Amino acid sequence: MRASAIALNRFGLGARPDDPSPPEPQRWLLSQFDAYEPIPGPWKPLPRSSALVETWLVQQRAARQAPEGQRSGIREAYLRQGRDAYIAAVGARTSSALQSSTPFVERLVHFWSNHFAVSVDKLLVVGLAGGFEADAIRPNVLGRFEDLLLAVVRHPAMLLYLDQAQSIGPSSLAGMRAGERQQRPRGLNENLAREILELHTLGVRSGYTQSDVTEFARALTGWTLPGDDALQPATNTFRFVPALHEPGARTVLGRSYADGGEQQARAIIHDLVTAPATAHHIARKLARHFVADDPPTELVQRLTSTFERSGGDLPSLYRELLASKEAWQPASAKFKSPWDWALSSFRALGRQEIPAAQAANLMNQLGQPVWRPGSPAGYDDLTATWAAPDSLLRRIEVAQRIAMQAGTAVDARSLATRVLPGSLSDDTASAIARAESASTALALLLVSPEFLRR
Amino acid sequence: MTLDRRSFLGAAALLTASPVLFAQAATERRFVFIIQRGAADGLNAVIPYAEPAYARLRGALAVDPESALKLDGTFALHPSLPKLRELYAAGEASFFHAVASPYRDRSHFDGQNVLETGGSAAYQVKDGWMNRLVGLLPRRGKDAIAFSPAVPMALRGPIEVTTYAPSALPQANDDLMLRVEQLYAKDSLLHALWSSALDARGMAGEMSGSEKRQDPPALGRIAAGFLARTDGPRIAMIETTGWDTHSGQNARLAAQLKGLDNLIAALRDGMGSAWSQTVILVATEFGRTVAANGTGGTDHGTGAAAMLVGGAVQGGRVIADWPGLSSASLHDGRDLKPTLALDRLMASASAEAFGLEPERTARVLFPDSVRGQSMQKLLRA
Repeated sequence: MRASAIALNRFGLGARPDDPSPPEPQRWLLSQFDAYEPIPGPWKPLPRSSALVETWLVQQRAARQAPEGQRSGIREAYLRQGRDAYIAAVGARTSSALQSSTPFVERLVHFWSNHFAVSVDKLLVVGLAGGFEADAIRPNVLGRFEDLLLAVVRHPAMLLYLDQAQSIGPSSLAGMRAGERQQRPRGLNENLAREILELHTLGVRSGYTQSDVTEFARALTGWTLPGDDALQPATNTFRFVPALHEPGARTVLGRSYADGGEQQARAIIHDLVTAPATAHHIARKLARHFVADDPPTELVQRLTSTFERSGGDLPSLYRELLASKEAWQPASAKFKSPWDWALSSFRALGRQEIPAAQAANLMNQLGQPVWRPGSPAGYDDLTATWAAPDSLLRRIEVAQRIAMQAGTAVDARSLATRVLPGSLSDDTASAIARAESASTALALLLVSPEFLRR
Repeated sequence: MTLDRRSFLGAAALLTASPVLFAQAATERRFVFIIQRGAADGLNAVIPYAEPAYARLRGALAVDPESALKLDGTFALHPSLPKLRELYAAGEASFFHAVASPYRDRSHFDGQNVLETGGSAAYQVKDGWMNRLVGLLPRRGKDAIAFSPAVPMALRGPIEVTTYAPSALPQANDDLMLRVEQLYAKDSLLHALWSSALDARGMAGEMSGSEKRQDPPALGRIAAGFLARTDGPRIAMIETTGWDTHSGQNARLAAQLKGLDNLIAALRDGMGSAWSQTVILVATEFGRTVAANGTGGTDHGTGAAAMLVGGAVQGGRVIADWPGLSSASLHDGRDLKPTLALDRLMASASAEAFGLEPERTARVLFPDSVRGQSMQKLLRA
């Protein structure tokens, strides 16, 4: 691939037919940092996280006050509303990606949203997943890693997804009272603490122990959603409740943290962010996403030291990546995920938007439903995951359908040279030229070996 | 019998005309691995109801012994597993308790990697134990299948494996398919995927549209549709997810177990006479904490339960070196202590299923694990 094609396809979301081939690819990518809009047009009409939380709280309050027999009806109505919000947000995400003139930064949004995955197969999260991406991820992808992490773990979607909202210090005021009243036992839940260590920061097998997980979980008690008993509408989406917080000093990774309420977990998070293991974990994941399943060691080392030196300044990390020769190797080492492939296909056709329900359904059929990776690890980023027999056939079926919708309006021969500048193989060019119909030619372009990779 | 050239050609033509005969397998046995991703709670699936600490530690999560389906004087099945209880009574299901892979930490992803690669630590072994198992069988092609869109780790490796998952998409037309085939001819990765996908879709073509759904009974029927065939795959993997019950466990686990029960029942019903040749192994990456957590669920633990089900299983048994649930006997003071190596169970069941030499099979499938006596007579002779 030529450098301009690399910029468009490896670092972007795929070329559009009317995109000029960037004459200075690296500068074009860097200039996107200034042009990026955290909340672009398609997201603007959607309710923000504060409104989504308000809806959730109204439902909680209504369910609590309603007679027993009416509660399930209230919950079902909320879930229906949540599913509608989910579909609308998938539409906004898709349209933003199709319309974006800062596709590199959009890719970074998708990368971080998957690194800090929530999954809507937990029904509580359905209505909040879009708000999570809009308010925790999007505004922070060009900031500091620590701010991004804090925005993520304090967002209601994550607090509910990893059960933090219900975690209670056993010796906290609330824990003691519950014990006295012999209520159903409520207490500590270590899910969020574990996944912050294992997935979000240090990475698995980086030396933390079960006791570090439990101690961190104790420090996190009290981090929860706003209460549904407030009379005013919620303006905040996060609340620290001292009565839920486990009193006392905590020891995590050999360091002691005095009891400081909400600040205790914040101090731990700060130290996690500055730990060398975190720098390496993030560096490797970023390199794997853009460069190769098994990225070159020197590249990962340079990214690691940039992360450490800059205190987790994300644009510094991206600049280092773009300045690395390993990232500009002509051979395409990555097999596109279904999401990347679908977007690049629609962008190649110049599509500006896809009906929201159709976009959501398409990603289900391609095997990568939006915000539903099924586990907090997110979707993995390896050829072996996505290059499988059945998922390849599905891409071919989808390509045929997209191509038939496009009809005869598109000449795949000229489109091919525009979306894969300088990197179209002779075999693909001749297969396209010899196809029996315009739609078959277009479908062949979308499933060609070079279009499936980046 | 000796064949002269003429009659040999005649016989060869006959074989070509009936591919079913040609593909007749060296083995009639079917081996299916159902993985429970997310750390399934063995203590509420195969319940130690006679253990006094169970009800105390589990609190509101403890299953009432009155409603549990008794297996013997110690263990009972969760009430959502009635069909497995029937299979147990018919001598076609065995349960194993306090089992664990060599993995002792509590990450799902590492735990599943160890369970699927057959290594002793995560990411040490690069291919899956089931792919190596296929390698021990006489080759005939189309030997292994995963009922999922992608190849799960346990089946990854040098031997080609196909995948099948029902799709609601309209099928691509023949002309496009032919041209795609030509386009992939020189791309080794895409060419292999392509051939494999076509085989699977060819087999599934004979099923009706209503069967192309993905609830557990439909998945069981689809899998049985492949496995019951004389020329079908002999080794298969089915993925189940949703076992990570940190909160709201009672309702969630009941639904999960009901799905598993229906999946296995649909497999039995769909296999027909091949059921007598079938061995289904059910296992998870690790178990869950013995005590309930503070949010109506359980956290990541160690010892778990496993199952062997099928017409070829010497069933009606619960096999466990039960460590007990008193606080002194717990692993790390919180988990069911593992007393039976899952590796050994998997190696022994695989070897018996295909009449392979047990020691060699164990070395190939689980190269790093500590050797011990292989388990005997898990299956019918």
